[in-house]
Amino acid sequence: MSKAAELAALIGSQSALSNRRININGNFFIWQRGTSAITVSGDDDFTCDRFKGWANGGGTFTVEQSTDVPNNEFEFSAKLTNTATDGSVAAGDDYRWATDIEGYDVARLAYGTSDAKTATLSFWVKSSLTGTYCGAFYSTTASRHYIYEYTISSANTWEKKTITVEGDTTGSWNRTNGNGLRIYWGFGSGSDVQGTADVWAAGEKWETTNQAAWIGSASATFFIAGVQLEVGETATPFEHRSYGDELTRCQRYFEKKGQPSTSTTWAFNEMSVVIAHTTEYVQGDKFNVEKRGDPTITIYSRNGTSGKISAFATGSDVTGTFATNARGATGFHAVQASSTSLTKGDGYEYGYTADAEL
Amino acid sequence: MNITSAKYIEYNGENTVILVVIDGITMSVPNNSPANRHYAEIMRQVEAGDLTIADAD
Repeated sequence: MSKAAELAALIGSQSALSNRRININGNFFIWQRGTSAITVSGDDDFTCDRFKGWANGGGTFTVEQSTDVPNNEFEFSAKLTNTATDGSVAAGDDYRWATDIEGYDVARLAYGTSDAKTATLSFWVKSSLTGTYCGAFYSTTASRHYIYEYTISSANTWEKKTITVEGDTTGSWNRTNGNGLRIYWGFGSGSDVQGTADVWAAGEKWETTNQAAWIGSASATFFIAGVQLEVGETATPFEHRSYGDELTRCQRYFEKKGQPSTSTTWAFNEMSVVIAHTTEYVQGDKFNVEKRGDPTITIYSRNGTSGKISAFATGSDVTGTFATNARGATGFHAVQASSTSLTKGDGYEYGYTADAEL
Repeated sequence: MNITSAKYIEYNGENTVILVVIDGITMSVPNNSPANRHYAEIMRQVEAGDLTIADAD
């Protein structure tokens, strides 16, 4: 066979050479909320972009960006560290981390139809605690789950894991701008979320009784890199995308203007100076990326105070509370004061976050 | 989410936004946006009788 024929056969054997990776930020480039340790200690604690965690029952863990990676294929991994153990996990306690994928992006899996497709999840993992670990595919709208198990064989050693899941033909799965698919990683939760591995079933569960007690192991670590979900029965090489591409995709769900130079102080040189048109309004802003739906806007002053804007001349917070006056997926019209506290023609500053997370 | 206050913001005669304090952070939540997770939680608490949204000024 000629080289050209070999190439044609190779191309023809692939379902897609690009856009294979369905999930976003699987290379852990983007950390708009900060790359230092973010504590997960409740519900929906957002960490790196597109990933969030839960910790209910007394235990906590942190998530931070790490440069510890497998085979130098990636620049970053995510490092989870047990910062408060729960040695007696009860029903109702939960310790989990997940990425949510929008319905439009998983529609190609055709879940909930007779044409549901097999998907493969692959990722690199390294933990201080060996044993059996669990996770799950889950639909918030169809209330269906599929628990997967994998084994970490050697402590503190990168291992690649591949999980292949047959498509689910049952349920009403979101195929538009809602939550299409959640992928869980479990760290030792209560008996109420333990189920059977390798079958689709009703309800929300993400572990089996085999799950390692990671949350019960003081200072345990869990590194993860190269997360890829794709259609098909085979894990193909990780699809690398540019930093800008990943950032843009992440900004469909969360975006900020005015980068925080510390956790509470916002860098004024990245804020726009806006002029008060009246004693109540300054102009709004257009988002870099259209959101999946109308986002929640949090206005910040230069001092990092939410619901405040700053006077350009002094940097001081302006009296009153400030809110956006209209909603929209592409931007907001204006920022409105709770009282006539502005001086028409004066300059003001604000930063903001726009949150349209799933 | 610990929501400690909620109040409508009116613009052009419409309640467009709900100004809320969630976990100590003041936020502008779009009104009538069920796909927004904050709006969904506000409505859940309102329906449960745990939260009242104050009228706009």
